[in-house]
Amino acid sequence: MIEVKNVCKEFSDVKVLYDISAEFLPGKTNLTIGQSGSGKTVLLKCIAGLHSVTSGDILYDGRSFCAMNEKQRKEIRKEMGMVFQGGALFDSNTVEENVMFPLEMFTRMTFEERRERANECLKRVNIINANKKYPSEISGGMQKRVAIARAIALNPKYLYCDEPNSGLDPVTSIVIDNLIKDITVEYNITTIVNTHDMNSVMEIGDKIIFIYKGRKKWEGTSAEIFSSGVKELDDFVFASERMKKIREMSK
Amino acid sequence: MLKLFYHTGRYFLLLKRVFSRPERWRVFFRQSLREIENIGISSITIVLIISMFMGAVCAIQMAYNLQNPIIPRYLIGLGTRETLLLEFSSTIVALILAGKVGSNIASELGTMRVTEQIDALEMMGVNSACYLVLPKIAAFVFFIPVLTIFSMAIGLLGGYIASFGTVGLTPHDYVVGITSFFRPFYVTYALIKSVVFAFIIATVASYHGYYTSGGALEVGKASTHAVVYSSIVVLMFNLILTKLLL
Repeated sequence: MIEVKNVCKEFSDVKVLYDISAEFLPGKTNLTIGQSGSGKTVLLKCIAGLHSVTSGDILYDGRSFCAMNEKQRKEIRKEMGMVFQGGALFDSNTVEENVMFPLEMFTRMTFEERRERANECLKRVNIINANKKYPSEISGGMQKRVAIARAIALNPKYLYCDEPNSGLDPVTSIVIDNLIKDITVEYNITTIVNTHDMNSVMEIGDKIIFIYKGRKKWEGTSAEIFSSGVKELDDFVFASERMKKIREMSK
Repeated sequence: MLKLFYHTGRYFLLLKRVFSRPERWRVFFRQSLREIENIGISSITIVLIISMFMGAVCAIQMAYNLQNPIIPRYLIGLGTRETLLLEFSSTIVALILAGKVGSNIASELGTMRVTEQIDALEMMGVNSACYLVLPKIAAFVFFIPVLTIFSMAIGLLGGYIASFGTVGLTPHDYVVGITSFFRPFYVTYALIKSVVFAFIIATVASYHGYYTSGGALEVGKASTHAVVYSSIVVLMFNLILTKLLL
């Protein structure tokens, strides 16, 4: 479980996150939703340790990340996997090398073992016959799946996905969503997904946290989201005329 | 002024992270070999072409300026050799490589930064500065003496070719000139300078690339800054090293 306790984040004079507290549960797909610029990515990067928090704490199964020294942080990072918005695959490496990379850096596996594990992960995300291709030679959806394969290569306890559906068509988005959901349950990972895609929210959101202008405004499940009574969340969820009509019809 | 201190401080902090123990020596050596190919071997052609022409031009200009009955003609070859050894093959080649290699390093690291590849490395617990920058420094510092030696040899050859058909200079005089009064220390001096320049170019360019923020526009700016600042620092150190070594 990941606990975020009263986290605030400032960049120079700009305050981005205000006193955010939340719990992210293992084996569940925890979603952070909000408009662009609301602070979702900053929160995720604070949780992942890519940004330091200005105040507050982040606990990994009771272990305070903020109190850890560099060596301890390095160790705990091996338990984390992250899928970045653009995939962040290494351009100069092939698909297979990308997935083998964390194994090479942090395990004593032989080359054959690493390749076997990489192929296992790639097969899990349905990437077949693309091992020797470079990231620029595969589609956006495939890049995201390779990024997921790389993220799960070391059997992480915590998985972060920053807008995994951005730039993808609806069908591929659903494939990615389901993959994240399945992997979360299969490996009992604590998964945090940043998204503003309402399809994802409805399909895979076990627990949802709504961030508005750097503040946590609402927390609940996908079933509760339509009856939250929070104006900002309603404005976000029912932003389009079509969604407003659906709401009227459901009433 | 404050900005200068800020960047200098951050540059040395980056160097501190760069010069730490690599995660895996095997990976470090493999990356270094890859960088030798990217940075070093790919620069051979441009260094050879430029050296050939510069050697030729240098010899022709020497011949033009030293056309005097009381000046021995072999001095044209000697002057060409000293110019190439002392200044051209180390400093000018370094400035050319600041453009080619510096912009390459800055744009590569800058692109990795803006596409979150560096974040991905950090996320995995890899010291991204050491993993990405150290092999570049090692490769460039290791390979630049080779480029410098090539430049000297081809520059002298260029001068020799130019000596055919140049008024006031014969190939024989040129050969006598370049083989007279040779001081091996000049080669050492050039190699010391080139190694220092390679370190400056690799680290300054890496600094600008590594700390890029924004998008494609900023990557372009980082690349330009890398070339401009590394060239300035190279010229500053050229003066310092010349004062110290000669």
